[in-house]
Amino acid sequence: MKYLYTVRGDDFARAGKASTEFKHVLSQLGIDPAVIKHSSVAMYEAEINMVIHAGGGVAEADLSPERVLITMRDRGPGIPDIDLAMTEGYSTAPEWIRELGFGAGMGLPNMRRNADELKVESVVGEGTTVTILIRLPTAGEGK
Amino acid sequence: MSPVGLPYFHSVTLDPDRCVGCTTCIKQCPSEAIRVRKGKARIIAERCIDCGECIRTCPHGAKKAVSDSLSALGDFRLKVAMPAPALFSQFEESISIDRILGGLLALGFDEVFEVAEAAELVTAATKGLMEGRMAGTPDAQPRPLVSSACPAVVKLVQVRYPSLIPNLVPLLPPMEVAARYVKEVLHPGESGIGVFFISPCAGKVTAARAPLGYEKSAVDAVIGLKDIYLPLRAALGKAGKKPISHAGGAGLAWAMSEGESKALGERRSISVDGIANVIGVLEALENGKLKGIQYIEALACPAGCVGGPLTVENPYISRSRLGNRAISLMPTATSRSLGCLGSLAWDNPILPRSSRLLDPDMLRAMIMLEEIEHLVGQLPGLDCGSCGSPTCQSLAEDVVRGNALETDCIFRLRETVRELAGRLLALEELKPPGLDTE
Repeated sequence: MKYLYTVRGDDFARAGKASTEFKHVLSQLGIDPAVIKHSSVAMYEAEINMVIHAGGGVAEADLSPERVLITMRDRGPGIPDIDLAMTEGYSTAPEWIRELGFGAGMGLPNMRRNADELKVESVVGEGTTVTILIRLPTAGEGK
Repeated sequence: MSPVGLPYFHSVTLDPDRCVGCTTCIKQCPSEAIRVRKGKARIIAERCIDCGECIRTCPHGAKKAVSDSLSALGDFRLKVAMPAPALFSQFEESISIDRILGGLLALGFDEVFEVAEAAELVTAATKGLMEGRMAGTPDAQPRPLVSSACPAVVKLVQVRYPSLIPNLVPLLPPMEVAARYVKEVLHPGESGIGVFFISPCAGKVTAARAPLGYEKSAVDAVIGLKDIYLPLRAALGKAGKKPISHAGGAGLAWAMSEGESKALGERRSISVDGIANVIGVLEALENGKLKGIQYIEALACPAGCVGGPLTVENPYISRSRLGNRAISLMPTATSRSLGCLGSLAWDNPILPRSSRLLDPDMLRAMIMLEEIEHLVGQLPGLDCGSCGSPTCQSLAEDVVRGNALETDCIFRLRETVRELAGRLLALEELKPPGLDTE
């Protein structure tokens, strides 16, 4: 089952809407609260990144009884050095974003902490795709 | 997911004679727990968090809290009134706390015990918890801690933010601590003691009858603040002159926003009041946004308990009065020390209870979700509420759960009628071959 969300790049006040809506879906399905939290944190970080760096994009959340697969695609500037971007504290966010409490260089590392698998693919000048995989502890039963 | 056999007790109810079936309450309810059916508002028990938002917003006064009346005083040998600190905010500052307490005695209570005093005990225990020196609590409790003093917030976390249950402060709320203190320390082993909590909200009524985190409450009856307000006002004249108040300013200030966190002295804290704002902060917390914050004081009512749905005064006037009363007192209770009560820790853990779950079988729930998505696409998206559900999305959920019909939507109904009319016209055009001349 797939859910598509458009992440608008021009409205910071609405950043986080996609992850909130997907969280609602997960709670309707009775997904384990811990999984909901991991998925929300990872998707929220990715969504904020998209708004700050890439002018928005598309979030796709695909759900099966075994796993949650979140794919965040943007046509932003791309990441020249992914390893560097995965380093805690490394940030290219502009000053005004940091003043809002974001852009501390914790986004990608935090996604990695909350995901079972994280894949970052990026081409400079073309865009970035972040794939977040979170496994569900028990399939089928609603615990 | 639901605790076995437990009925979903909630104290907010409807007065059907006053309800006109308008849709004000369904739109205001933060947990989408109300539907209008057969011309009357119905509360879905397992969704209600007892925040009292509907009591506050119903233009016809049709929502109320099931509470006890003063006549229950006759059931006990020794009657103890336990006023919430919010009570003192309902009176002009020229009326002293001693006089208000004296008024309660004049109404027929034998003793008074201020819940504000117990709030100081909870503050001390919370400090211990924050510094990691309380026995019997989980070692690695996640930060920030979320205050569990407001019962509506605790219920909100339970049904909507179950992943935050481990963040809740696992301590008894001041009301319960006060009641246990009265029974276990002041009157140990005595029978016929009746503890009456004077409450600013519906949530505390529920906490006294079906508590979360502890088995049985020591509170015997809960009287709504607005039910006692007029009799108490009338009794002020008969109040004695004796000083009877013990509470300090810090405990008093628990009834207003920022009171709890100031009493704790934790600067890395967030104080939030009003249920919609609380939802915003908990949402941010669940998204991992609140790094470095140690404590969240979350109160469902505007300005804190002083804005409770059972109060009579404007929340901001009340807060200002209570703030002034608090600063004129010593910060902590002076005349006695409340050290002899045992642990304030919860008796049992709070279990998650998702009110959003569509079906325990995940595959079945997924099919229902697809049906909901499809149906939402057919609805006008105006969220007008005429169907009795708060939004088009919730109507779609109600239909798929089998609790409503698609034609409850007046727009869908009109489309259906138009289709039907078209088919009737088409039928009318058809003539028997014998009559169908050129």
